[in-house]
Amino acid sequence: MSTSANGSGTGALSASRPTEVNQLDRVVIRFAGDSGDGMQLTGDRFTSEAAAFGNDLATLPNFPAEIRAPQGTIPGVSSFQVHFADYDILTPGDRPDVLVAMNPAALKANLADVPRGGTVIVNVDEFTKRNLSKVGYAADPLEDDTLSAFEVHRVAMSTLTQGALAETGLGKKDAERCKNMFALGLLSWMYHRPTEGTERFLREKFAKKPDIAEANILAFRAGWNYGETTESFATTFEVAPAKLAPGTYRQITGNAALAYGIVAAGQRSGLPILLGTYPITPASDILHELSKHKNFGVTTFQAEDEIAGIGAALGASYGGALGVTSTSGPGVALKSETIGLGVMTELPLVVIDVQRGGPSTGLPTKTEQADLLQAMFGRNGESPVPIVAPCSPADCFDIALEATRIALTYRTPVLLLSDGAVANGSEPWLIPDVDDLPDLRVSFATEPNATDGSGEFWPYLRDPRTLAREWAVPGTPGLQHRIGGLEKADGKGSISYDPDNHDHMVRVRQAKIDGIDVPDLAVDDPSGGKARVLALGWGSSYGPIGAACRRVRKRGLPIAQAHLRHLNPFPANLGDVLRSYDLVVVPEMNMGQLAMLLRAKYLVDIRSYNKVAGLPFKAEELEGVFTDIIKEVVAA
Amino acid sequence: MTTDLGLPALGGLDLVPGTDEAQKAKDYKSDQEVRWCPGCGDYVVLNTIQSFLPTLGLKRENIVFVSGIGCSSRFPYYMNTYGMHSIHGRAPAIATGLATTRPDLSVWVVTGDGDALSIGGNHLIHALRRNVNLKILLFNNRIYGLTKGQYSPTSDQGMVTKSTPMGSVDTPFNPVSLALGAEATFVGRALDSDKKGLTEVLTAAAQHRGSALVEIYQNCPIFNDGAFDVLKDRDEAERRIIPLRTGEPIRFGPDGDYGVTRSAWGGLEVGKVSEIGEDNLVVHDPAITDTAYAFALSRLGGQDLHHTPTGIFRQVTRPTYDDLARHQVEQAREAKTPDLQALLRGKDTWTVT
Repeated sequence: MSTSANGSGTGALSASRPTEVNQLDRVVIRFAGDSGDGMQLTGDRFTSEAAAFGNDLATLPNFPAEIRAPQGTIPGVSSFQVHFADYDILTPGDRPDVLVAMNPAALKANLADVPRGGTVIVNVDEFTKRNLSKVGYAADPLEDDTLSAFEVHRVAMSTLTQGALAETGLGKKDAERCKNMFALGLLSWMYHRPTEGTERFLREKFAKKPDIAEANILAFRAGWNYGETTESFATTFEVAPAKLAPGTYRQITGNAALAYGIVAAGQRSGLPILLGTYPITPASDILHELSKHKNFGVTTFQAEDEIAGIGAALGASYGGALGVTSTSGPGVALKSETIGLGVMTELPLVVIDVQRGGPSTGLPTKTEQADLLQAMFGRNGESPVPIVAPCSPADCFDIALEATRIALTYRTPVLLLSDGAVANGSEPWLIPDVDDLPDLRVSFATEPNATDGSGEFWPYLRDPRTLAREWAVPGTPGLQHRIGGLEKADGKGSISYDPDNHDHMVRVRQAKIDGIDVPDLAVDDPSGGKARVLALGWGSSYGPIGAACRRVRKRGLPIAQAHLRHLNPFPANLGDVLRSYDLVVVPEMNMGQLAMLLRAKYLVDIRSYNKVAGLPFKAEELEGVFTDIIKEVVAA
Repeated sequence: MTTDLGLPALGGLDLVPGTDEAQKAKDYKSDQEVRWCPGCGDYVVLNTIQSFLPTLGLKRENIVFVSGIGCSSRFPYYMNTYGMHSIHGRAPAIATGLATTRPDLSVWVVTGDGDALSIGGNHLIHALRRNVNLKILLFNNRIYGLTKGQYSPTSDQGMVTKSTPMGSVDTPFNPVSLALGAEATFVGRALDSDKKGLTEVLTAAAQHRGSALVEIYQNCPIFNDGAFDVLKDRDEAERRIIPLRTGEPIRFGPDGDYGVTRSAWGGLEVGKVSEIGEDNLVVHDPAITDTAYAFALSRLGGQDLHHTPTGIFRQVTRPTYDDLARHQVEQAREAKTPDLQALLRGKDTWTVT
């Protein structure tokens, strides 16, 4: 196995290292600072360097909803955690091995997560009396024994950055703002990361302000050189490239992958796309990304509100385009009535819900998976919709294609439940060959279809296999018809208040969704069937559940894992899978919504494990939960 | 930062395929039984529209009616065109998505005073602001009919209805003023019973590229009967209706005794021609760019119908949202050939062998 990294190479910086080099299989680094310190950018760049080097990786950005909370305070702390390894990893890591704290607030907010013996790198320049008192440090934690359990590096990042930029003529304040690149340079040196990509990135990002680009590059190099020349860092670390499946990879976030999936769905279906949407955290990046790809026949419509966003999408679908809307939970609440109209008019529509903490405005920048029942039942009347959910950032691409397949094949709105963790998280993505993507071509109705020889077009005649009605788009001669929210007579499609017809139509709409072709649920059990406990999840908890199962198995305890990407309808074999284990444990970042559906449908007891903290589960936490349950089952 | 968006110059129907086949009103009648109350003003409007559409010479399958909820919103079911009866207030939003993706369609929105101005007020003003190529027919009967007689956002203050036994305390909207405030490029008004006047306004609206709002005063014989009777009585109408005719001095009343002139503060006011002097009458020009003129016209009439201008208040050219949006898609395509594989690869990749 070997790797080559496009655009990495030796870089502008090379080192003759007097330091000891330690080989590690995995490292978790957390960059933390003030909202304005550029921690997301710093983390993102380090991630790109790790990706270019060929590590497997997973990231967890964590930032406040406020754009600039009061400077130097705990609520204003923004962090970015990156986990990179020489093997395939599943989560952004439970605890950082290295914490980079740009100010006292960042230290205070994050220190509890650092394991004893971990490395803490602080920007001492920010540890002023005023800043310490802002976060309630009575004494300087760098002076007392607060950090005695850690390996601490006190680096005057602001001063050193300003010093490095003294010759540039940049103002003191502007120069100081480059300190995040100093930190990045230092960490890049510590972990032998390629640097050329970052320098190229900075030149492109600040193409119109070359002096700013050069200042950032200078700061970046100063950080690198600081590691190289001072003796405070005795050790550097190497994490070898990961042994991933052969192919070409790139790093991708969930929201970007989802947007690409929608573009791909348009290309593979041959349909123009209209995204009707309204800005909302954490879904807005889907709009931003799609608005860049108009050349693929993508129109993005930033509507006056959530309702108009989905309305325009449904209008576009009626006209024969692929209508897509993207939002978060509060937006789904507003879109419910239009989803109902989509159910009634039986038009394709993809509804993307990037879930966040709720209820109400809740925790806009944090993750949660508590919209499952809203997706399932949050409409008036019997209004079934298919639901799919991605299990990782890269899976967002495939799930967008799958949602589109269902919407187009069955002429129905489809709820796609992403969440903040997969949306903002990133990982390596094995770039698919376009020719291998599913064929999503559709055919529109062209001929009258009435079965009574009248030569009319009956909009509610169905394909007996899929129960989907025909898609007859305006502009097709001879097929003029009217659809709408009122109940329609089966087949002919006239308004009908007939009791038996309504009962029949309710059942047909349900049967259509129940009959959607969904792949069987695969179970992972390396023990060859010895496991008596099944860990079942959905959505972004795939990573932590999988990582926890690996840990449990390493202890010699068998456990089976399965993950649902289809939440409605469930895979046909799900009931049999559930019944074949002594106990099924379902961890969810909600109060047990999937568990409720499983109990209701299959009359199987479920052990729920619930935490609604706005953050993904930790592998360590689930390891404990699973271990206890296995012991309990064995003892019983 | 702003950028030049380009300026397409098209007529309202230029991209909609036409036909040489002769059409008749009955071609536009669907097989559905019309179920409005006997005497409802909607019948007259339906007949007028079914008679007027053949004059456009469009392929029938390229015409779409989208409606919201309410009595008037049943309209699409009675038209032998494509149609969608959608959600209360949301028709302009749905029609925006349709019109943006399908330049080959003539898209009409049928709505009422509750649908357009109450629950759907937001969508209406934004459709008008964006100037989407939609024709919005606002059937104003000043009452909620389908829910059986509650006051609407155009009902008279003090009006006793099922939900206002002591009289409504709400101040009504003037829909024409509202549309003008929302930057509408075409605003007209007509009476349900005035087939000729309505046809003229509808024809101009159809040809207009951009959003057109046409307020149609429509009688509800059940819950607000006679709301516009003063405009239907020949003598009363003569004194009250101010017909707006492009290029002509604005005059009305028996023998054209009355007319519109500039007021002292720069607005418009009604006066006797004998006192104003013919030379001081305002000559109607709906193409005046400044909305203030059309707005002043809309304020000549009040809720009490004492004076009621009808016809086309405003008709100006401004690029439409849908044309601009499609233009950007075309520009993007010309600038960069779509290559999905290249998009998925991106810039920074690494290969594992």
